[in-house]
Amino acid sequence: MAYKRQIDRLPIIPADATKHNVVCHYCIVGCGYHAYSWPVNKQGGTEPSANVFGIDLSEQQYAETDAWYSPSMYNIVKQDGKDVHIVIKPDHECVVNSGLGSVRGARMAEMSYSQARSTQQQRLTDPLVWRYGQMQPTSWDDALDLVARVTARVVAEKGEDALFVSAFDHGGAGGGYENTWGTGKLYFGAMKVKNIRIHNRPAYNSEVHATRDMGVGELNNCYEDAELADTIMVVGANPLETQTNYFLNHWVPNLRGSSLGKKQEQLAEEPHDRGRIVIVDPRRTVTVAACEAEAGKENVLHLQIKSGTDLALFNALFTEIAEKGWVDQAFIDASTTSEAGEGDGSDPAHPAVLTSFAAAREGNRMSIEEAAEITGLSPDDIRKAASWIAEPKEGGARRRAMLAYEKGLIWGNDNYRTNGALVNIALATGNVGRPGGGVVRLGGHQEGYARPGDAHVGRPAAYVDKLLIEGQGGVHHIWGCDHYKTTLNAAEFKRVYKQRTDKVKDAMNAVPYGDRAAMVDAIVAAIDDGGLFAVDVDIVPTKIGEACHVVLPAATSGEMNLTSMNGERRMRLTERYMDPPGRAMPDCLIAARIANHMQRFLDEMGHADMSAQFDGFDWQTEEDAFMDGYHATAHGGEHVTYERLRAMGTNGFQEPATGFEDGKIVGTQRLYTDGKFGTEDGKARFMHAAWRGLQAPGKQEQRENYEFLINNGRANQVWQSAYLDVENDFVMDRWPFPFIEMHPDDMAKVGVKEGDLVEVHNDAGSTQAMVYPTPSARPGETFMLFGYPTGVQGNVVSAGTNELIIPNYKQTWGNIRKIADAPASVAHLSFKSKEYSAI
Amino acid sequence: MSHCDRLVDVGRRQFLRGGAFTAAGAAAAVTLPQEAKAQVAMARVEYPANHLANIADLTENEPFDVAYPDEDAPGVLLKLGTRVEGGAGPDGDIVGFSTVCPHKGFPLMYSAEDRTLNCPGHYSRFDCEAGGQQVWGQATQNLPQYTLRVDDKGDIYAEGLDELLYGRLSNVL
Ligand code: SF4
Ligand code: FES
Repeated sequence: MAYKRQIDRLPIIPADATKHNVVCHYCIVGCGYHAYSWPVNKQGGTEPSANVFGIDLSEQQYAETDAWYSPSMYNIVKQDGKDVHIVIKPDHECVVNSGLGSVRGARMAEMSYSQARSTQQQRLTDPLVWRYGQMQPTSWDDALDLVARVTARVVAEKGEDALFVSAFDHGGAGGGYENTWGTGKLYFGAMKVKNIRIHNRPAYNSEVHATRDMGVGELNNCYEDAELADTIMVVGANPLETQTNYFLNHWVPNLRGSSLGKKQEQLAEEPHDRGRIVIVDPRRTVTVAACEAEAGKENVLHLQIKSGTDLALFNALFTEIAEKGWVDQAFIDASTTSEAGEGDGSDPAHPAVLTSFAAAREGNRMSIEEAAEITGLSPDDIRKAASWIAEPKEGGARRRAMLAYEKGLIWGNDNYRTNGALVNIALATGNVGRPGGGVVRLGGHQEGYARPGDAHVGRPAAYVDKLLIEGQGGVHHIWGCDHYKTTLNAAEFKRVYKQRTDKVKDAMNAVPYGDRAAMVDAIVAAIDDGGLFAVDVDIVPTKIGEACHVVLPAATSGEMNLTSMNGERRMRLTERYMDPPGRAMPDCLIAARIANHMQRFLDEMGHADMSAQFDGFDWQTEEDAFMDGYHATAHGGEHVTYERLRAMGTNGFQEPATGFEDGKIVGTQRLYTDGKFGTEDGKARFMHAAWRGLQAPGKQEQRENYEFLINNGRANQVWQSAYLDVENDFVMDRWPFPFIEMHPDDMAKVGVKEGDLVEVHNDAGSTQAMVYPTPSARPGETFMLFGYPTGVQGNVVSAGTNELIIPNYKQTWGNIRKIADAPASVAHLSFKSKEYSAI
Repeated sequence: MSHCDRLVDVGRRQFLRGGAFTAAGAAAAVTLPQEAKAQVAMARVEYPANHLANIADLTENEPFDVAYPDEDAPGVLLKLGTRVEGGAGPDGDIVGFSTVCPHKGFPLMYSAEDRTLNCPGHYSRFDCEAGGQQVWGQATQNLPQYTLRVDDKGDIYAEGLDELLYGRLSNVL
């Protein structure tokens, strides 16, 4: 039977409950919530005066009521050491989500650490060290002493390049301005670490270098633009599942036609209709089905391309739009360069030439027939897409098109050029900086980047995972990353990483723990012998953490005050509403304490000049880190303080801040409204981005040698790598194993039934998944849940990247064979279609 | 036609493609008067044992609209025709579910084709043959299912629920 909580009533929030601002710490959308808390021995009542809603709760409440919360929105947590009831429910006044909670965010309370209700008991409560052959709890001072001694010694003796770092760079949980600044100041300020990578990719690079090089920051519009657009074009994204409430609250109204009033009001001079949508995705997703249900099939164009051929499509659209004269010539003249670029695109740091419209048009020329051949689309569909995007409206008004993209493009073939080719279309049609436009990534996490300059890292940045596999690096600091689940070439990475860290564990086993000097010597000797000393900072035990020698417990959003911005640059403060588990601390303070300890040892070792670099880490609170970082260094940061953010609630303001007026931070709704872009001369660049097939080394051969496309990505219920979901019964009941969607013909070919466990294997490695029959899938094309603990898709992703070390997870091919019949944990599952259709 | 039929009907009318949802509440405004209660509070709510139908009323794979534990809580009885875990009756194939979506309270609609309850609000789907498991969706709970008892006369009684109903903080108001 499906998992049921057997909860038949919940405590009522009393009228005088404490209320904190909360922004969902999972996905980029950053939905507004409130946390209500009250003493554990009190409760509200059903009479209007006795509850926070002021209404009669002895009556049934109807659809979309503010006065209901689900069991997943409730918990008992600690506040200042005392148990309190907590309800974390969506905020109806937040313009982002208007009261909607998704299947991820609406479980925030249930996914909190509760001793009373035994939720998230996996959370780390104490620093752990490798002692007597296993991980053992220890004090902060002891753990930091060991980390700092080994790190300081290795850095002093071997240089900063021997310190490898993996660190989040985003907002929301496991990130935020406070924590990116704390870690950034340590590794880019006190030191100049260049062997550093980010949580989901093996290097310290932008996922969207191309658009930035062209002068167009990737988050340039506002969510309302999705309500105003005539056409939305979405590439390699599945927003219903991965930017859920952005899609539901801002795209759907446009597709339904219910934002027409807003269009007429704000853009009165031109004709309007309900929005149409072009979806570029090799897979038929639930997003496609929902769009069809809302807008009607005639208003949805699903361009089901062959995996990895987006670039050819974009160049054909660009060519067609230019040839039809559907371009915004005034915008091109005023806001883009007229100078043709130089070079041939062979520079690995700039794998395509930035140029003028005319030169890009020439260089990217691709006929519709040629693109149809490459992409597998019909020429008519490509023509139709071009007209939906750019053909002027009745009366000649410019069509407003919003172009959105995410991991299908970012983690797809030829990232740099493909990103550039999409931005080309937006620039040619004048769809940047204007209502109903924007060329934007949709995002994964929220953003929250504040760090000292990273120029020393270089471009292309170091391929950190490869260097680790090759035996480089002596110490590895890991912040909120789990390579074992979320990297490419993961099988090989794990094999080598285990060997290298085991070497250090063996060395540690040979020395009494209390003899610190001997311990440090033994560790350094093992490092000299090819070993790796690994320190993991995280909120939960991770897979890579099992290889580590020290584990430091971090606090997450709500257990500390945390600031981030969402996909429309909307910055808010999540207030601290509960205690962190045990002795867990905010990452920024952990970084500061590491810095303090390192400074002490560098002094002891007589490295006064190095030690001086570690000044400025005397923060006592996350607010200290915020003031030192965002407030002092971010563009517009001087206008932003905790106090001001608190007053701005869950609506916050849109970055960058430009002032503080009438008690409010003044923000920026859209970027580039003045037609000036982020280049030295203020002119945006087009990109000469010619199609060059499957670009990453080894991909073409893999496609030829294996039977199935192993496309991969996210599922609605699961947040990120399921690091908290692994302890959520509701999620694990649904997905005990990662699903692999297969067409029934493919299932017959392989000889498997629904729920069977299969092995996916190729030249890179092997992994497992559970068969989910999917008649809407194309034969030969499967889709596997990414980054899941019980079957890591990254095991079969080969090591090939683009020139800038962007992984190519999506273009993966492999063979599939049966391992076992459906296990007992799978027997009760539904294997019906995930697609909604209007009945 | 019973009150809950109307609710489902409103759903059908409102949610034909493109229709923005207005007010589910409009279709169901009746509240039964509350009786004064003077009893010691119990750890769990006391579920009434309500007669919902007789087996003879049910046709295989046709939804039979009911309400439980009161008129404001629409639901459905289904005779699936195949034995399922949690199924009641001589063939172990009778199940009952709330038809208010546990995400935001929109009315669910039955698809006889694949025996699921479907929500036009945000596209959640619940499998009536798998204990109301959310096949896909935005709710953070599976669909509340009835504890059913069928007596020797074929009368079907609901006697409990296994999840909190949408729109009430106590399953029995
Ligand atoms: S859509 Fe994203 S931000 Fe909003 S509640 Fe869901 S996971 Fe959280
Ligand atoms: S109300 Fe049913 S999915 Fe939202």
